[in-house]
Amino acid sequence: MAPRPLPMALRRAGQGTRARTGPPRRPGTLAALLVAALCLGPLVPLLLRSGEGGLGAADAAALRFTLLQAALSAGLSVALAIPVARALARRRFPGRGALITLLGAPFLLPVLVAVMGLLALFGRNGLLNAALAALGLPPVSIYGLHGVVLAHLFLNLPLATRLLLQGWLDVPAERFRLAAALNAPVWALIERPMLARTVPGAFATIFALCLTSFSVALILGGGPAATTLELAIYQAIRFEADFPTAARLALLQYALCGAAALLALRLAPGAMGQGGPGRAVQRWDAKGRAADALWIALAALFLLLPLGLAGWRGLAGLPDLPPEAGPAALRSLGVALAASALTLLLALALALHGGRLAQLAGALPLAASSLVLGTGLLLILRPLTTPATLALPVTALLDALAALPFALRSLAPAIAEIESRHGRLADSLNLTGPSRLRRLTLPLARPALGFAGGLAAALSVGNLGVIALFAGEDQTTLPLLMARLMGAYRMDAAAGVGLLIAAMALLLFWILDRMGRADAAP
Amino acid sequence: MLRLDSLALAQGDFRLTADLAVPPGTWAALLGPSGGGKSTLLSAIAGFLPPAQGRVLWNGQDLAPLPPGQRPLSILFQDGNLFPHLTAVQNVALGLSPRPRAPDRARAAEALARVGLAGLQDRRPAQLSGGQQARAALARVLLQDRPLVLMDEPFGALGPALKSEMLALARDTLTARGATVLLVTHDPADARAAADSVIVVAEGRAHPPAPATSLLAAPPPALRAYLGP
Repeated sequence: MAPRPLPMALRRAGQGTRARTGPPRRPGTLAALLVAALCLGPLVPLLLRSGEGGLGAADAAALRFTLLQAALSAGLSVALAIPVARALARRRFPGRGALITLLGAPFLLPVLVAVMGLLALFGRNGLLNAALAALGLPPVSIYGLHGVVLAHLFLNLPLATRLLLQGWLDVPAERFRLAAALNAPVWALIERPMLARTVPGAFATIFALCLTSFSVALILGGGPAATTLELAIYQAIRFEADFPTAARLALLQYALCGAAALLALRLAPGAMGQGGPGRAVQRWDAKGRAADALWIALAALFLLLPLGLAGWRGLAGLPDLPPEAGPAALRSLGVALAASALTLLLALALALHGGRLAQLAGALPLAASSLVLGTGLLLILRPLTTPATLALPVTALLDALAALPFALRSLAPAIAEIESRHGRLADSLNLTGPSRLRRLTLPLARPALGFAGGLAAALSVGNLGVIALFAGEDQTTLPLLMARLMGAYRMDAAAGVGLLIAAMALLLFWILDRMGRADAAP
Repeated sequence: MLRLDSLALAQGDFRLTADLAVPPGTWAALLGPSGGGKSTLLSAIAGFLPPAQGRVLWNGQDLAPLPPGQRPLSILFQDGNLFPHLTAVQNVALGLSPRPRAPDRARAAEALARVGLAGLQDRRPAQLSGGQQARAALARVLLQDRPLVLMDEPFGALGPALKSEMLALARDTLTARGATVLLVTHDPADARAAADSVIVVAEGRAHPPAPATSLLAAPPPALRAYLGP
């Protein structure tokens, strides 16, 4: 369907000169204020509590490590994604669509479960070390910088591949035909310039994501040489009750993430949209077939092997599930549903409002990692109440904020499309306010709402973040339970919990996405 | 009576002026080249495009403060006149109220029967043919019962036979109520068949209405350039 910009242009031209029509906007203003208060408010106690004293040696090391691992992770992800995306863009083979769908899975996959899969492959008792031992070679360790980078590569190579693949798919097919007709070099003429445009954005997006790495660093990092800022914040609060240091680190992390998010938004405004698999473009420069096959096979293996191992170990670990798993699952479900509902409310209000305000409010949570916000909230709440009693509501709130940018990216285009297609008819029928919402917007936006809600719920179920700061024994969610089991080296039980988390995340996404699509209007 | 009082419209580089009146009960065809501003003029009258200068008056009242849905008019667009997720009867009932109740739906069903769609009221637009969709949209206009009706080539996508059938149906039903109708078309045959007078929209100006038969028999230069020899 071709975009029809005229009605929106007309609507904008008409604002302020007559009674307002179009979708309701006031809820969007309120939502933006709420998001701003939640993202900026916790800065106040952080600033007040950070006190004097600059960064200690350990803090500087954490900063250095955070930047180093994010740069390495993003650089490797993008570098390896280039040959994989190129192979996917120019080859047609059975299972291509399935593989590209699978590339979207690590985004929904709980980070802890991914780490569990990597441990099964590269860990102390993993397949790799078993093979090395059989050959009489010394074992390798996955812990430290290379382990953190490996995990980030596993989590972000698929995203990088999808972003770059979109770059290839956006090149009009005619241009490849023209290059073939002229016998011109495709790489120099088409692909290199395209990559020069897309690679910086992909790098910046993944760099920003890796900056906020908490779970990966918690399991695979640690120690003075491999601690991220987020991990350092957690340790300062949980182990040393050193709140001024935590506040200083949180401010530093806030500034870092804000700068990185700004950069990523500038360089890749559309990153993380839902690009379809697209068709492989007919190509005439068919050399390198074997190399392409190898790249695709390696990437698939690198993704599937840890996933398969995590699933296998999880099945084996199910009998070892601790009794706390049941209540923890219920808590995780409740938190996920609450977070999902709140994300949808905020995203819907912002999408209906549209414009710069919605863009800003949607980007703000990217700068404010939930661990940093959690630290600020903890400083506010600690004098007033026992933080543990608020662990679950705070987690739901911050999970909702964390999912907001992604929800908005799926919902905002859908709402804009509805308004551009049907807005004038609705205006001419005096369909405004709540009736417009009930009769026009909600029914037609249902698929996007389902997708966004599913995404938010799945992300929340798998997220280990602020809950680690707040929770006591009675507020354990599934990711926290899993992290505690891994910390106690009860790997079988942890794998079982991991399977439970992954199943819940995928199931929640599937159900909510289905609810949106079922019986949707054409 | 509809009066465009020294109206000037601006949209990017495009300019259109109009200073004219349409007598009540008239069927006026807006005729002219595509891109000439016919749809833009309709948008301004409907309230989607605020005028750069001048006024749109209905019976002496300036329509500027009224949003589109509260103006004394109905509009039929080129396409997208029905919401795809609502049934025919739900679509038509929206002409009566943004929150239709059972009595509204009953009247909507009657209106659908009047345009020959009895029994199809629970179908969604995708389950209706192009002609049936046009009938459903017309049913809503009938039900709205506003004194001014704007038609932006609503039957343009239909075949010639179906189009003249729809125009005849619209003419029969709307003339009986004494509605003033502005009909955008680029086909002089439509103007000849359905309109009493013609407003030529060309070269940045909407000319005052002139009787259809005499105008088409001896077209002025602006219209002749469009119609060709």
